Amino acid sequence: MLQPILFAIVTIVAFGYAGRQFMKIRRNILLGKEEDLQGDPAQRWRNVLLIAFGQKKMFKRFIPAIFHLFIYVAFLFTQIELIEILIDGFSGSHRFFAPVLGGFYTLIISVIEILSVLAFIATFVFLARRNLLKVPRFHKPEMKGWPTLDGNIILYLEILLLIGIFSMNGADRVLQEMGAAHYHQTGAFAVSSWLGPALFSGLGDTTLIGIERFGWWLHLLVVFGFLNYLPKSKHLHILLAFPNTYFAKQTPKGQMSNISRIQQEVASMMDESAIEDSAGSEEEELFFGGNDVTSLSWKNVMDAFTCTECGRCTSVCPANLTGKKLSPRKIMMDVRDRAEEIGNNIDTGNLDFIGEEKRGEDVVLSKENYADGKSLFDYISREEIHACTTCNACVEACPVLINPLDIILQLRRYEILMESAGPSDWLPLFNSMENSQAAWAVSTERDAWKSQV
Amino acid sequence: MSHIPTMAELAAEGRQPEVLFWVGCAGSFDDRAQRVTIAFSKLLQKAGVDFAILGQEESCTGDPARRAGNEFLFQMLAQQNVAVLNMYEVKKIVTACPHCFNVIKNEYPELGGNYEVVHHTQFLQGLLAEGRLKIEGGNFKGKKITYHDSCYLGRANDVYEAPRSLLSSLDADLVEMKRCRTNGLCCGAGGAQMWKEDEPGDKRINTERVEEALGTGAEIVAVNCPFCMTMMTDGVTAKEKQESVMVYDLAELILNNI
Repeated sequence: MLQPILFAIVTIVAFGYAGRQFMKIRRNILLGKEEDLQGDPAQRWRNVLLIAFGQKKMFKRFIPAIFHLFIYVAFLFTQIELIEILIDGFSGSHRFFAPVLGGFYTLIISVIEILSVLAFIATFVFLARRNLLKVPRFHKPEMKGWPTLDGNIILYLEILLLIGIFSMNGADRVLQEMGAAHYHQTGAFAVSSWLGPALFSGLGDTTLIGIERFGWWLHLLVVFGFLNYLPKSKHLHILLAFPNTYFAKQTPKGQMSNISRIQQEVASMMDESAIEDSAGSEEEELFFGGNDVTSLSWKNVMDAFTCTECGRCTSVCPANLTGKKLSPRKIMMDVRDRAEEIGNNIDTGNLDFIGEEKRGEDVVLSKENYADGKSLFDYISREEIHACTTCNACVEACPVLINPLDIILQLRRYEILMESAGPSDWLPLFNSMENSQAAWAVSTERDAWKSQV
Repeated sequence: MSHIPTMAELAAEGRQPEVLFWVGCAGSFDDRAQRVTIAFSKLLQKAGVDFAILGQEESCTGDPARRAGNEFLFQMLAQQNVAVLNMYEVKKIVTACPHCFNVIKNEYPELGGNYEVVHHTQFLQGLLAEGRLKIEGGNFKGKKITYHDSCYLGRANDVYEAPRSLLSSLDADLVEMKRCRTNGLCCGAGGAQMWKEDEPGDKRINTERVEEALGTGAEIVAVNCPFCMTMMTDGVTAKEKQESVMVYDLAELILNNI
């Protein structure tokens, strides 16, 4: 009777705390501004199927893609087993589905075992790639400290999970062979049917039951631990890859978003009859571009939470490759860190975080009035955004359709439009474009070349 | 060669050309890019294409301003261009600049400018396919040529085949760089970098790209963009290979074989 009670407590706590954390992530993503995302739903679902579920873009680099696929498929299938663990845990049954499904049960668990072995191999390959082989993208400055540990922790958890699964199934097999009570026949599983006897035969039934229970609880606790570790880690991509590919922009990569407010303003400047219409909007507070998570779109913030810091973007960024400070991955990590900082501060409810001009009686802290005197520019330097060539290599490289360029361009817009700052080298360009409608101030006629045809 | 009319001249005669050739700032003012403009014009004339230019009425598309973040300046230039293009009821535009191509094709529609926009490599592919242009000289037969994908034609607009089909029509030996097509490496000029000094780093981007191009052993680096042209030419010169390796626009390569 003790086990089901303990199980119920652990399960409720695990799901309860995880649920709270996931709600916070949702809230943090929604710190971003509303964005009207246009797109064809059929294409959206195709992206989800091919790119998130089918991992199409991972296969641009075949070897990591294969090992990643092992872990991914093993992860998906292990969830089937989790259903049984939940039923057994609450009811006190043992392998609830075994008698119901018969031979099919043997097949499913065998598939999970084979996938688990593949995942086990992949885990060691990934540990070696991260820690022994000097893959440059895993050792960039933004990976120092927690991000590197974060990348390894998940792999250690994977190993623990597999130890759990095989001690559980292996001991079960030996107990079945001994005819122990409650351990009914399940048929021979692909791996544990030989691994179990090889490891555990000759042990007493009390020890075997202990090993079997240890495996079962380890499996469960690793899954629950992972569930609660997930929201704090870089591994949210296993969930967010799906909405993120669904909501990804479908317009050509080269197309920048239009700022309709400026479009109207300029249109009224050019067309004098329209000036009267715009006169009434003087009071409106104008804000262009982005300088913080709250002025980016929620999709930009979702991109940041979806990022698993693989660094494929940074490894193809021409600026980063030539030693500039810009790293598209760092842009994404900074946006997430800033979103979490704002989210945590809002959670304190501390009224000091309300912007001075917005304070007043009964005013509670919210994303609308939040001001801590900081911005994304405290995380991302000017040098970084000025180094971008807008080449879209980072956008193309991302396996889950994250768009770092969109954020860089919004920061650039803020810098020029709101601060009248930016690289001074650009002033002659702007002057020439404004005064002579050409990118260079030259005295020749635009069609002087005609004489040479 | 015959006179290249402006839209204004044709409008005075009550005529519309088959296509408007959008020259762009680089094609108009940069010495090297002008030679591409001239080569492409000659090809259009040889193919008997009825085309015109805007001449003095053409302005910068606004692309570098927009990518630098200066939306006001972009809107000023873009709306002025859209007004001119719409006044002449332009239907089809061809340009030898991928930046102009991208902006007019993808960003002018939101400002009320809807045109069929093609890059000059696509247009030339069409002329060859229709038989309006015929490759005759075998000047590049068996010569090693490598092709540099521009970001704004490639990744930005997914045009990878038209330029390559031009090269294959030349019977040249196309040797691809490892980073090509969707994985192509930028020349370093986009996003208004053309007009500013590099941020601090170890290397110039065009040096990195030219090293890769030279690594193929090609004698010719083919480009489709006036900014790539500048960056690749500078990079080749910096490596002191300007005697043995030439950088050409695809239009120049085609003209050489007509």
